[in-house]
Amino acid sequence: MNPVNYLYLAALLFTIGATGVLIRRNAIVVFMCIELMLNACNLAFVAFSRMHGNLDGQIIAFFTMVVAAAEVVVGLAIIVSLFRTRHSASVDDASLMKL
Amino acid sequence: MMTHLAAYTTSTGEAFQFWVLGTVAVIGALCTVFMKKAVHSALCLAGTMIVLAVFYLANGAYFLGIVQIVVYTGAIMMLFLFVVMLVGVTAADSLKETIKGQRWLALLCGLGFGALLLAGIGNASLKEFNGTGQANANGNVEGLAALIFTKYVFAFEITGALLITAAVGAMVLTHRERTERAKTQRELSEQRIREGAHIPPLPAPGVYARHNAVDIAGLLPDGTPSELTVSKTLRERGQIRDVSTEALNDLRALEQRAEERLERTAIEPETFKRPEEASK
Amino acid sequence: MENLIAPLIAAPLLGAAVLLLGGRRLDRVGHWVGTLLSATSFVFGLILFADLLGKDAEHRTLTQHLWTWISVGSFQADVTFRLDQLSMTFVLLITGVGSLIHLYSVGYMEHDERRRRFFGYLNLFLAAMLLLVLADNYLLLYVGWEGVGLASYLLIGFWQHKPSAATAAKKAFLVNRVGDMGLSIAIMLMFTTFGSFAFGPVLSHTGDTSEGKLTAIGLMLLLAACGKSAQVPLQSWLGDAMEGPTPVSALIHAATMVTAGVYLIVRSGAVFNAAPDAQLAVTVVGAVTLLFGAIVGCAKDDIKKALAGSTMSQIGYMVLAAGLGPIGYVFAIMHLVTHGFFKAGLFLGAGSVMHGMNDEVDMRRYGGLRKYMPVTFITFGLGYLAIIGFPGLSGFFSKDKIIEAAFAKGGTEGWILGGAALLGAAITAFYMTRVMLMTFFGEERWRNQPTRSPQAPSAEPAAEHRGEHAEPHPHESPKVMTIPMIVLAVGSVFGGAFFSIGDRFLHWLEPVTGHSEGDSPLSAAAVTGATMVCLVIGVAIAWAQYGRKPVPVVAPRGSLLTRAARRDLLQDDFNHVVLVRGGEHLTRSLVYVDHTLVDGVVNGTAAGFGGLSGRLRRLQNGFARSYAVSMFGGAALLVAATLLMRAV
Repeated sequence: MNPVNYLYLAALLFTIGATGVLIRRNAIVVFMCIELMLNACNLAFVAFSRMHGNLDGQIIAFFTMVVAAAEVVVGLAIIVSLFRTRHSASVDDASLMKL
Repeated sequence: MMTHLAAYTTSTGEAFQFWVLGTVAVIGALCTVFMKKAVHSALCLAGTMIVLAVFYLANGAYFLGIVQIVVYTGAIMMLFLFVVMLVGVTAADSLKETIKGQRWLALLCGLGFGALLLAGIGNASLKEFNGTGQANANGNVEGLAALIFTKYVFAFEITGALLITAAVGAMVLTHRERTERAKTQRELSEQRIREGAHIPPLPAPGVYARHNAVDIAGLLPDGTPSELTVSKTLRERGQIRDVSTEALNDLRALEQRAEERLERTAIEPETFKRPEEASK
Repeated sequence: MENLIAPLIAAPLLGAAVLLLGGRRLDRVGHWVGTLLSATSFVFGLILFADLLGKDAEHRTLTQHLWTWISVGSFQADVTFRLDQLSMTFVLLITGVGSLIHLYSVGYMEHDERRRRFFGYLNLFLAAMLLLVLADNYLLLYVGWEGVGLASYLLIGFWQHKPSAATAAKKAFLVNRVGDMGLSIAIMLMFTTFGSFAFGPVLSHTGDTSEGKLTAIGLMLLLAACGKSAQVPLQSWLGDAMEGPTPVSALIHAATMVTAGVYLIVRSGAVFNAAPDAQLAVTVVGAVTLLFGAIVGCAKDDIKKALAGSTMSQIGYMVLAAGLGPIGYVFAIMHLVTHGFFKAGLFLGAGSVMHGMNDEVDMRRYGGLRKYMPVTFITFGLGYLAIIGFPGLSGFFSKDKIIEAAFAKGGTEGWILGGAALLGAAITAFYMTRVMLMTFFGEERWRNQPTRSPQAPSAEPAAEHRGEHAEPHPHESPKVMTIPMIVLAVGSVFGGAFFSIGDRFLHWLEPVTGHSEGDSPLSAAAVTGATMVCLVIGVAIAWAQYGRKPVPVVAPRGSLLTRAARRDLLQDDFNHVVLVRGGEHLTRSLVYVDHTLVDGVVNGTAAGFGGLSGRLRRLQNGFARSYAVSMFGGAALLVAATLLMRAV
């Protein structure tokens, strides 16, 4: 098996995550789909690291994880405060600025 | 891919692992997207992440594999589950699309993007794999540490600052400053009377019923269930068990058995249903 | 001594400021303050005149630079005054006649409660007129030019409660505006041509400038003069301007302001000398107007309007003379001065008659007044003899010279212009005799004729005391009114002779305007004889028509020409049909084009964009997921583009 398959898998997971972001209305699930996309990227980085034979790809994946953790913390806090004021976790309910 | 002699191949064991776990990962991802309840999505996602952790390990990223399990499945997914618990179940969980054409556009974009990405990878000349053996010669963790504290030290420091900022930001976002004095018991009771709200304590669930549990609505004297007796959260989740008809059904069953015992012609053993339920 | 020029203007300006800003506290003394300051200005003028006389003819130009007004690059406008013989003549005329008329107004406006304001306006007029004649450049002259226009507007409409007065003031203002456009364009042309609009640079460089440009400047200056001096085709405002109080008619619309156009042409003589076409236009305008005004003057029954027609005609003489070039400049100014005397005197006399006749202006309701108003009769009569050119009186000398100069133009033009001037002299004799006979001789037609006062009752507050339908009781005016009339009558009698004997006036003005004799086909004696014959014919016809036969109280229908002349020779009708109607049609069609074409394009564009954005707005539905789809689609397109570029 060629390790390039890891890349195909990463592309597949990324696409599934992106489609999920577009389809789901529950903000939490949308967030999970974003995490899925980030993980797919991480897998690609790790596979590239293996391909190039150095550790830079893994470093980037590591930083991605850190940033993802920070993002999740803030994002979930936003969801919680949004839910408090609007009693809904739907991303469509936040369409307040349309006519 | 076997036609290329220069192609780097993995061991058969890794290939087996990839095909099995890869299938699991894709299924987990699809379930994450299409599961109706957020809790199920979260669990499916956790499964996918564990599979990815195994792939990291297989690719020589031992440190990342462990971190993936600890941080993602251990911390982040738990955070998700906590928020799911806080937010509860809402109408947003419905998979029914409300924006016209959104689903078709999303699928079109997703398929197009995926196809392009896969075509791009297939088109790229990714035949030469060096492997991580040499890079991990002094140990994966040591190699990463050497890079983090030399080449990427500024990025590392900045991510530290980012984490602190995120923690503070989360606290600020969820913290609610009390802008007025808390009402005393007396004031609350006065307000309740002034508003004509329900003054005495709410009735307990299951009090007038045969069962005694929080998810069972108490019955009013005419046999209809009282909404007041169960918690609002359960009501919204639709997790109330209606037992108002059970007594009648039991009576009917008893009568039927008596008929059988007395060898009379059996009446159609029909379970009783409330009129409104029957009309649904 | 040149430092006295600014105070000369400042005195009446101060008077205007004090009187107009001082409020009611000055009501009791305001008229004397105004008269005193006007007289002060006259005294300053006399001192300066004495100073000028003390110098030799070449050095009689004083300039006083006050400050630089506008200084932008090569655009230099200074507030500088220039006093030379021409300005001096005007200064003495303006302040002298002005002071006399101030004095007269003290009596005439006695019962008007807004007398203080009236004197403020009069002083404002004096200041503006002095600025006009003393300015050293055309821009400063323009300031004075507009200032007199403003004062004229304010004074014509002084009795603003009368709609006719308010309308007349507006009419004068608007018609003058046409002329003002001419002056402003002329100033701009001067700036582009000479790089300056000061008299010195402009008038000394006419030799090395193309004739076309000079003709353009000259024609624009002529347009300005036509507006201010009521020359054809901008003469229509002068008749209506008689709605103003009579002293205003005497000062502004007879003696001074309306002669500003003549001043402008004579002052710009160098330009006209170098542009014969413009000069010809000036003479044509002058000749046409002198006949036009005279014919209108024959038909009017309103004494002031008859005099207004006469003013128009006399200024036509001056413009004609000014258009003749160096032959006529001196005589134009001389006639201007003598005309200032006798026409002011005639107007004051008319005012005195109206004062005694309950403000009746219709001459058909006068008659036989010589017994009741002896002083008025005598002074008016002397003015009458002066204007028709009775031998020995001032009009004889000045008008005769103009007719001579017209013949001296030479060629066919000379014959035509001279003939027109002679014909004008005959008509002048006719209409002035008519005025004289209808007013002071014949039956007393006002007996048993209650004054019907076509104007609004109590319009002239001097007659407030009369009953509405009372028979008038003609009486002589008070001394404060008769003294100025006497002084002016003296001027009308002796002025011409004083100027002409020994060619005093010619020698005085020659250094400024230049002079040439021309080549007259007729001898001076022949011209004088012809003028006398015309005079006698005019007087005789008038006598036959109005002296021997009684004058009907109600005007007869009259011939076609008479009726046209009563309507100012249809000038207003012409203006209405051609300018007003034409303008209305033009604006209406422009509005139509604006509404359909311009607005259509503008609104169509706006509606198009509005509709487009209304459709595009649907894309902004507010759902974050819709935006995410477009982002994702964009990302897919980017990937596709990248791959495509790699493939290529």
